[in-house]
Amino acid sequence: MDESTLLTNVWAGILAFAVLMYVVMDGFDLGIGILFPVFGVGRERDTAMNSIAPVWDGNETWLVLGGGGLMAAFPLAYGIIMTALYPPLIAMLLALVFRGVAFEFRWRDPAHRRIWDIAFTGGSFVAALMQGIMLGALLQGIHVEGRAYGGGWWDWLTPFSLLTGASVVAGYSLLGACWLNWKTDGETQNHARRLMRILAPVTLLAIVGVSIATLFLGGEYVDRWFAMPAVLVTAQVPLIIAILIWRFARSLRRNYELAPFVITLVVFGLSFIGLGISMYPYLIPNSITLQMAAAPASSQMFMLVGAAVLVPLILAYTAWSYWVFRGKVAHEGYH
Amino acid sequence: MFHDADALLLARFQFGFTVSFHFIFPSFSIGLASYLAVLEALWLKTGKTLYLDLFKYWLKIFAVVFAMGVVSGIVMSYQFGSNWAVFSDKAGPVIGPLMAYEVLTAFFLEAGFLGVMLFGMQKVGRRLHFFATLMVAVGTFISAFWILSVNSWMQTPTGYAINADGQFVPAAGWAAIIFNPSFPYRLVHTVIAAYLTTALTVGAVGAWHLLKDSKQEHARKMFSMAMWMAALVAPLQILAGDAHGLNTLEHQPAKVMAMEGHYQSHPDGAPLILFGIPNDAEQRMEHAIEIPKLSSLILKHDLDAPLNGLDTVAPENRPPVKVVFWTFRVMVALGFLMLLLGACSLIARARSKLYDWPWLLRFALVMGPSGFIAVIAGWMTTEVGRQPFTIYGVMRTADSVSPLAAPAVAMSLIAFVLVYFAVFGMGTWYLLRLMSHAPHAHEPDLPNAPAHAAGITPAPALAAAGAKESGHG
Repeated sequence: MDESTLLTNVWAGILAFAVLMYVVMDGFDLGIGILFPVFGVGRERDTAMNSIAPVWDGNETWLVLGGGGLMAAFPLAYGIIMTALYPPLIAMLLALVFRGVAFEFRWRDPAHRRIWDIAFTGGSFVAALMQGIMLGALLQGIHVEGRAYGGGWWDWLTPFSLLTGASVVAGYSLLGACWLNWKTDGETQNHARRLMRILAPVTLLAIVGVSIATLFLGGEYVDRWFAMPAVLVTAQVPLIIAILIWRFARSLRRNYELAPFVITLVVFGLSFIGLGISMYPYLIPNSITLQMAAAPASSQMFMLVGAAVLVPLILAYTAWSYWVFRGKVAHEGYH
Repeated sequence: MFHDADALLLARFQFGFTVSFHFIFPSFSIGLASYLAVLEALWLKTGKTLYLDLFKYWLKIFAVVFAMGVVSGIVMSYQFGSNWAVFSDKAGPVIGPLMAYEVLTAFFLEAGFLGVMLFGMQKVGRRLHFFATLMVAVGTFISAFWILSVNSWMQTPTGYAINADGQFVPAAGWAAIIFNPSFPYRLVHTVIAAYLTTALTVGAVGAWHLLKDSKQEHARKMFSMAMWMAALVAPLQILAGDAHGLNTLEHQPAKVMAMEGHYQSHPDGAPLILFGIPNDAEQRMEHAIEIPKLSSLILKHDLDAPLNGLDTVAPENRPPVKVVFWTFRVMVALGFLMLLLGACSLIARARSKLYDWPWLLRFALVMGPSGFIAVIAGWMTTEVGRQPFTIYGVMRTADSVSPLAAPAVAMSLIAFVLVYFAVFGMGTWYLLRLMSHAPHAHEPDLPNAPAHAAGITPAPALAAAGAKESGHG
């Protein structure tokens, strides 16, 4: 592997890391938003929201890094993907507007708190759904002509992308419930546990469903997973799933608080690695590889110097911020 | 029903609309974060709870402004790709890394410390909390640094080559790209604008409460601080603006021609056109009220210096004059009103009438939103003045746009307009409501400050510690 290929792969890794960070961290934020209506007005909702109020903004910043980093490291792919996914992208951005302002607005306007609660849930739901749809639309392939998107503006909408959309909604909801199980107590926690019992099997079904459906998309996906030596990894998947189901069920039975959240994170991580195996070395399946889309080495190198120093630093102070707000969220704030 | 030209125009409207809305929030939060850092520093230094009350008062406002800045900013980071895909592909290798640095050095810093700044006072202690406030303030400044570098490079591109794929790529080291010719001027002018905008808003809030009760201690303090800023910074801003204008004349003469309304060249001294109606179709200024030779004096420091007009620029490279001409006048007029406000405040201060001269208070109140208007007007001057290029002189706006169907862009534009006016309209209403409450002693914390079981300093112990510290002070 020559130097520029290595550099490109390193950047693919950094961006994949940013997207995974976004997916799990804003995943539980959005999941809490999606589950919000299920929780009782007043104490339960306030507690749920307060459990993420100090950290949601930092979580969302990983999304900005994903977008900005893609533009910088793979400018060609950034332009093509964002154009191809235009309607779901715009819907996601607008949904995030509603979700983000709701954190502040619902406290500023008790008379209209119901409206901002709806904005919070609607925003979270639509953002999660659109992120899933965008994932599906990318996996199913994008029509590229020359250096530009060559398809129509409804190409993204297919049964497959709707399936991935619904799956991400389910997965985020499970993350949200697990987070609340960890960070709250009393009625809110009991509520979260009941939700976990429903959402865990739904998420599992969704992952299995998307995995199988991906194989039917054609292209290289089947070879990717069932040729030697990849099949050796593929063969372990049922075993891994069985172990995870067993651990998750056990942690639920024993009322563990942190374990279900961690197991769900592991599931997300494994699914993400699976996606990586399906995609690599393409950035847009079957048309644009990482190498084709890569910015010149001088651009990638300039950023790598900064990223090597700054990403660990960011992780450190983000961890500190989570540490400051550790423990269960108490019921009464400083009203 | 739609044509390509419509898609381009719609995409431009959408970018202009979303960026103008977005720009309002950072131009407030850059100044406000620094103001909060100053208030907290004064509180730590003097131990006076007056400063803490003011800190808590403005922190509630900052939280709302910041949230709106964040959500409108995420839109910007994706809109380059969605609506300007060709531009992103071509310019990404040069401006992409700068924007990535903005995320890594500024956005994470702000977001990482914001939670502690908003909710962490009771948990981390005063000094660490002050550190968090400082990091947020520094973050807002770093963010301005990078994004203005990007914008300046689009205005005055340097240090690039064009590769086989038609992409702009770095050619002469990154310093040549980051510190491109217009960047230092734009950075100074824009950051001062943010401080001035904040000062005028703080001053207006102070004035509003002083008009109701001129003895109100907190309102007096914020009004006095704001008027010092206006008096000191408004003249600086006019000087910075003048320097920025001369820099623009050097690198983007056509923009200055549009700002001045000079359709024709003036070989022996160009007039300063105060008002007039630009007619782009016939390339002439109608009903002009002008002062002979003054434009040459301002731009060349010589009454008889020749100044070229738009007649020396190829028709396809001319910026639209109307918008540039008018927005520039709005910005300059407001700048001089700010200078006048600062001067009046100095006179009032000298006569010890700063807090009970109703006309000054009313003037300051009316000037409250002037910073925002000036910032948007100035932004439009410089951005529309760059047309018809995205990268000045090198890449045309018409060649930058994504191959999107016009109805798709029309739909998204309508959605942005509806959502932004509804959401940010409500946000502005909440801000005004927060500002309409007079600041007072024992200003309460944010209503939603989340408590956590672990790491809480028990309230009585904290109160005791507070009493002890103020005993020292």
